[in-house]
Amino acid sequence: MKHIYLDHAATTPVSKDVFDAMQPYFREKYGNPSSIYKLGQEAKSAVEHAREEVADMLGAKPREIIFTSGATESNNLALKGVAFYWSQNLKKKPHIIISSIEHHSVLDTAEYLEKNFGFEVTKLPVSKEGIVDPTDLESVIKDNTVIVSVMYGNNEVGSIQPIKELGEVIKRVNAKRVRPLQNNGKSHDFEHENSLQGSDPCSQPIVFHTDAVQAFQYLDCDVKGLGVDMLSLTGHKFYGPKGVGLLYVKSGTKFLSQQQGGAQERGLRAGTENVPYIVGMAKAMSDTRKQLTISKQQIADLRDYLVKRIAAEIPDVVLTGPEIGKKRLPHIASFIFKKIEGESILINLDLLGIAASSGSACTSGSLASSHVLTAMGYDDLLAHGSIRFSLGKMNSKEEIDEMMKHLPQIVEKLRGMSPIK
Amino acid sequence: MSDMYSKKVMDHFQNPRNVGEIKDASGVGEKGNPTCGDIMKMYIKVGKKNGKEIIEDIRFQTFGCGAAVATSSMITEMVKGKTLEEAEKISNAQVAEALGGLPPIKMHCSNLAANALQDAITNYRDNLGTK
Ligand SMILES: Cc1ncc(COP(=O)(O)O)c(C=O)c1O
Ligand code: FES
Repeated sequence: MKHIYLDHAATTPVSKDVFDAMQPYFREKYGNPSSIYKLGQEAKSAVEHAREEVADMLGAKPREIIFTSGATESNNLALKGVAFYWSQNLKKKPHIIISSIEHHSVLDTAEYLEKNFGFEVTKLPVSKEGIVDPTDLESVIKDNTVIVSVMYGNNEVGSIQPIKELGEVIKRVNAKRVRPLQNNGKSHDFEHENSLQGSDPCSQPIVFHTDAVQAFQYLDCDVKGLGVDMLSLTGHKFYGPKGVGLLYVKSGTKFLSQQQGGAQERGLRAGTENVPYIVGMAKAMSDTRKQLTISKQQIADLRDYLVKRIAAEIPDVVLTGPEIGKKRLPHIASFIFKKIEGESILINLDLLGIAASSGSACTSGSLASSHVLTAMGYDDLLAHGSIRFSLGKMNSKEEIDEMMKHLPQIVEKLRGMSPIK
Repeated sequence: MSDMYSKKVMDHFQNPRNVGEIKDASGVGEKGNPTCGDIMKMYIKVGKKNGKEIIEDIRFQTFGCGAAVATSSMITEMVKGKTLEEAEKISNAQVAEALGGLPPIKMHCSNLAANALQDAITNYRDNLGTK
């Protein structure tokens, strides 16, 4: 059976070039970067070279990059690191603002902090298209707000968030609230000491974090252009390996390290560096950047073809997220097939060797309907019938044609079994 | 994903038995699943055999996952021709077992089929009472 893979927002295969770049670091150049002899220093220089490369692509300084085990860890580190730092330095409990359509690694982290530590959490609403309104952000910022986390591109419906505009709102608030810093030379560096002089509630600058996991391969991710203080990435969404990621942290941003142990990553993330994977992620990122314009157009064209065919050949379908051509990632197209449930469609596709997903990959094992679609105003029944197709550079028009030979019948068959009229 | 289910489940999922509605049903049951929000509808046609009420015909419709489809298909096979008393006694666990097991996260789906059937039987008896 030929395999048709339409789930690139879940993960992508490691490219041949990335695989080749990683190889030497398993069996030949296997040293520990903390070791002082040649083998160790070789590994260290590979990690530092990767750091320079990725920093350059993000418009950051190498020392602003922390390698992690993936975006889940990066998102946890961002939210917990900042919130815990300020929980010791503010009179009130810290307040965290996220959007209501974040990935579970942000959403659940915020809810964990709320439930177990009594931190305040506000979730920004989104429009029917799945987009946050910057004026809403302005109205929910409070004295004790310490971090705002809004994703760059949504993984379920592909909506792009107005990161720049949100950043400007935060900058305006910060300009009013931050008193001139005592220039003790430390303020331009990460600080993870536990005390802060003169910590009245309104002196802390709000940290702006974005999860750019789905956006990196298609959108400009220059951190200065975006105006973010923290940015998360994971290796495997752009033909790099799984289990490696990074967190950009702007110099001077205050947060507490969440993992204690060795002095790796300048003491901010303990644990022996995953050398081959870090090398692989850097290679995948630079390959992605080189192909950006070609692959973006190619994938958007294929997506448009898929959307057109589904709209023409299947009745009662809704394309979720922004209209085509508007504020939307090129690789994701999610649809609600009315009156039927997502998993049944997926199993039928799977039996034909076609891989797609319902909502996000992580939630297809769970029962709750998508929090993203619910936040966008779809009722539970509709939110249950959602299927996400996400395209990659290896997909072809022929594969879409093949899938479309079956999808209309699958939908018709399942609708024939549905009690919903 | 299809690997998550047993062969028997997949068979019932791909070729569900007794799908549809019964226009002149003696009883109709409908249940929503509180865990996942899915919906199941059961139609029964009750007849008499040796003086006992039996399920002569049964149909289902579902807005549910693969396990919901398979369990409802399975239960319709299990109760067809049985007396109402026998049909009522069939438990979710029995249905799951007849299917060669369900993944733990999907056990609640089998409730949907059994509850909708019980609801249909209750509905039939209520209808009798009002006649
Ligand atoms: C938007 C977004 N954020 C975070 C993650 C988590 O990445 P990982 O599972 O690699 O940690 C994913 C994908 O799984 C994602 O799509
Ligand atoms: S998940 Fe809803 S019936 Fe199975």
